[in-house]
Amino acid sequence: MMHIDSRERNFIIGTTILLLIFGAAVLVSSFAFGFQVPAPVERIDPKVVATPGQSPWGDPVAERLRELAPNKYEVYILAQAWAFQPNQIRVPVGSTVTFYLTSKDVQHGFRLDGTNINMMVLPGEVSRLTATFDEPGEYNFICHEYCGVGHHTMYGQLIVEP
Amino acid sequence: MYAGTKKLTGWYLGVGMVALFIGGALGPLQKLEHVGINVYPALTNVGLNSYYQGLTIHGVLNVLVWTTFFIVGFLTFANVHSLKRDLTHPKLNWASLIIMIVGLVMAAVPVLLNLATVLFTFYPPLMASPYYYIGLTLVVIGSWVGGWGMFLTYRAWRKENPGVQTPLIALASNITMAMWQIATVGIAAEMLWLIIPWSLGLVDGIDPQLARTFFWFTGHPIVYFWLLPAYVAWYGMVPQQAGGKLFSEPMARLVFWLFLLLSIPVGLHHQYLDPSVPQGWKVVHAVLTYSLFIPSLLTAFNVIASLELGGRARGGTGLLGWIRTLPWDNPSFTAQNLAMILFAFGGIGGLTNASYNLNLVIHNTMWVPGHFHLTVGSGVTLTFFGIAYWLVPKLANKPLFSNKVALWQSWTWFVGMLLMSNGLHILGLNFGSPRRTMLGVAPYASADWQPLLIEAALGGIILGVSGLLFYTNMLGTVFSKKTLTEEIEMPVAEPLEAHPAPAWLDSWRPWVVATLVLIVVSYGPILVYLISNLNLTSPGFNKLW
Ligand code: HEM
Ligand SMILES: [Cu+2]
Ligand SMILES: [Cu+2]
Repeated sequence: MMHIDSRERNFIIGTTILLLIFGAAVLVSSFAFGFQVPAPVERIDPKVVATPGQSPWGDPVAERLRELAPNKYEVYILAQAWAFQPNQIRVPVGSTVTFYLTSKDVQHGFRLDGTNINMMVLPGEVSRLTATFDEPGEYNFICHEYCGVGHHTMYGQLIVEP
Repeated sequence: MYAGTKKLTGWYLGVGMVALFIGGALGPLQKLEHVGINVYPALTNVGLNSYYQGLTIHGVLNVLVWTTFFIVGFLTFANVHSLKRDLTHPKLNWASLIIMIVGLVMAAVPVLLNLATVLFTFYPPLMASPYYYIGLTLVVIGSWVGGWGMFLTYRAWRKENPGVQTPLIALASNITMAMWQIATVGIAAEMLWLIIPWSLGLVDGIDPQLARTFFWFTGHPIVYFWLLPAYVAWYGMVPQQAGGKLFSEPMARLVFWLFLLLSIPVGLHHQYLDPSVPQGWKVVHAVLTYSLFIPSLLTAFNVIASLELGGRARGGTGLLGWIRTLPWDNPSFTAQNLAMILFAFGGIGGLTNASYNLNLVIHNTMWVPGHFHLTVGSGVTLTFFGIAYWLVPKLANKPLFSNKVALWQSWTWFVGMLLMSNGLHILGLNFGSPRRTMLGVAPYASADWQPLLIEAALGGIILGVSGLLFYTNMLGTVFSKKTLTEEIEMPVAEPLEAHPAPAWLDSWRPWVVATLVLIVVSYGPILVYLISNLNLTSPGFNKLW
């Protein structure tokens, strides 16, 4: 066996315990608190995703926000260079909104200020996350993946009405 | 001694440094843009069309070219000097250099012509000129060939020295190169199967999700490919430069083997927010990523203990008095020691990035460039500067132009980087400011961001000055009329205790087999899942910039 200095051995034991605690905290937050990251929804063809009748992102922009039940919404946002469609969404305070995003061209990002919603938006894939809005206000959603020279202009707003 | 290897190393380092000069020069310009000083329109005369073309140059030259050239050159040199055995197949190593240079030129031309403004991550379906992809692939292939030249030399040494334990520096250098060969299978698959045929128009569509998965298969271990050569210096050389010894040599060996084992099966931590990667596999990679902190923490203990031995040997006393007596007047030591401190901050931030949940807060925000300028931009780059302060004089056979300029360079880098990375980290954490973005003209940029952007820009300018000091010193050394009176030796740290490490720390097969098994377990199912649902539907987009 290998000779290990006792102080070094204690350090190894201590740091391993520390990492186990951190790791446990991450796992607990994911499973016990229902914490979410995107997971597979479906794989689609980006060439036809914006065609009317082919997918929810083909519907008229005004119909992409759907009320499923009182205070319960889903919204289908299409990302393309260099805009989100729709780029303005209004919901009443207290709403729970599920966001479905896909891209019809290159990769984009979607991060909604003031929430835990942050996801990559890829052509051919559907990204989905849900958040509840208890504070009225205007929240920006910003494209955070480089998508061409107009990338820095790509954003939208979610308006939570009192 | 080893004149051929010296010349070869000089070429690798020279090309790498030219790349960093050009790539680095764009850094301060990016920072100025963020505070509203946009110099890019003035640069269209010299052929720079946009912030994003500049950012592509910055990313590719700094993090792909500078690192790879310096590393292959430095490790080839270190391997020979550690084994005290010249290269067995020098032609192979020269071929490596030439393939890498050809690849670099091939990739650089479309970038400079604005035909490849896709950043260094080239996520499809943004589609660059095929030459860009073929060129980058050749750089990787060239680095493989350089690795083969090292392995053959090492094998010859083993035959000539039966029963002798591999010297630490040589072992660590070969492990790093072996890890790189395995790790680059991902990028090779991405390029050869998906991207190159598609960019040549041979197939119509690409699967962006699968391409990202291949990219990050290599994209995480590549950061260890950058870091491990710095660790080679921190373990193998710096203790000697500090006037001490390596506290625990066997542990150092173990650390390099652990990095071989654990660097690769963690790439999904870059894809926590990807849509079509199942959550369960993200968790598996998160847990494996945590285990990867263990060898880094072992390094912190061992390297600091070695420095303490040096400080005490030089007369330092008390709990912290040994720090003051370290050789702070030696720029090679100072640069590397400051690099370690900056790297420690980067490591702490890395724990945040790796945390499955906290990642949501900072993913693709300015936090991320804040983080990696501490790691690859400082822990690695400033260490390489520190190495250059003894290695370039040795290669050129000329004394270092100025110790004083080199010391100023080290400290200005330290201060500039603290300012820049502090500003960037907070921008990302508190405000979610996106990275890879012309923040100076973004319509959503808020006035609250200004003070932090200014802090970061100030740091960026100090870093620019620091870079100029480095190049002044390199040019001053290479073009100096003086020659060295006595040859500089590569610093080699002695172990504190003479016990040789156990045989399992000098034995390749078990470690390589375990590495491959762990890769199959951690990546096999997710790759099978993605490939069996292959979605080759995305056409290329090459007119978006
Ligand atoms: C002169 C000192 C430097 C300054 C002022 C600087 C500044 C910056 C800034 C502000 C960004 C973010 C740009 C954006 O996201 O829009 C950036 C990105 C980057 N920097 Fe630096 N940098 C410097 C040196 C370095 C060094 C030494 C390296 C690595 C060896 C490096 C590697 C990178 C990489 C890989 C990116 C990301 C590019 C991308 O997102 O595609 N930088 N740099
Ligand atoms: Cu974008
Ligand atoms: Cu990583």
